Amino acid sequence: MNTTTNDDALVLYGQKFASRLLLGTARYPSPTVLKAAVQRAKPAMVTASLRRQGANPAENGHGFWELLRSLDVPVLPNTAGCHSVQEAITTAQMAREVFNTPWIKLEVIGDDYTLQPDTFSTVAAAEQLVRDGFHVLPYCTEDLVVCQRLIDVGCQAVMPWAAPIGTGRGAMNPYALQVLRERLDVPLLVDAGLGLPSHACQVMEWGFDGVLLNTAVALAQDPVAMAGAFADAVQAGRAALHAGAMQPQQAAQPSTPVLGTPFWHHA
Amino acid sequence: MNVLINLQPHDLPEGATVADALAAMQARPPYAVAVNTVFVPSTQHPSHLLHAGDRVEVISPVTGG
Repeated sequence: MNTTTNDDALVLYGQKFASRLLLGTARYPSPTVLKAAVQRAKPAMVTASLRRQGANPAENGHGFWELLRSLDVPVLPNTAGCHSVQEAITTAQMAREVFNTPWIKLEVIGDDYTLQPDTFSTVAAAEQLVRDGFHVLPYCTEDLVVCQRLIDVGCQAVMPWAAPIGTGRGAMNPYALQVLRERLDVPLLVDAGLGLPSHACQVMEWGFDGVLLNTAVALAQDPVAMAGAFADAVQAGRAALHAGAMQPQQAAQPSTPVLGTPFWHHA
Repeated sequence: MNVLINLQPHDLPEGATVADALAAMQARPPYAVAVNTVFVPSTQHPSHLLHAGDRVEVISPVTGG
């Protein structure tokens, strides 16, 4: 299935992307599976992070760098694990140099149990990073005013969570997410908390512009097949949005014509 | 003088630079560097002087979500 056309490309900071799915690179069973999942999903971008060199050579090291380069997919570095404005800004600057990209997924964590973003620090960091030329994609809550403040400081897209990172629970606050879509004109991408392709399809039907996910694919029994399922779901949701859904009705209405029903009133 | 490079203590001579610290830990590219939580661009590695007690962070790409 491929219903995405060039006319319906995702546009972020003036750059067009054929896919509306952004895929994380963590927690896969192996680098080989990660690569196959990315090739199946054909995402707009893949996320990556930065850690102290030598901290975990078994998982990462130079092998991951080579794999990343072989994917030929734009990289979206993140500031995962940062808890302050200074940490996030420094990490973003380091990421820009390592990955040679202005893109940054801004994460400033405010609570370690829920991994809920510190929205105050996120706005402050976003303001400085935008001023410094970054293309900031901020991970935030579904709070309308927070999202508006991020836009006010120059973010050209925002990424509210559906649910806490890694929970796979789907949209916990459908009302607030749909209000965001009604009230905000910038691209909105749901980031974090999606567990099923139907979760992704649902937010796309609501008019979200894309989704970013990782764990739902990486921890599936067959990550490659699940990557494809999410890619298809995102396209299906987008196509349904454009198709225009019927309005729900209170009363049942037979879809098969009643006129001429055999045996009717003969019982 | 003693500096911390990725939390490991290293004894470097007075006047040592970020480039010296990278050589001391045998850093492998790609990497980026911060000293005392402030980013130091690669163009400044040969000239950025370190001081006793400095905390040098050398980071590299890893998987992420």
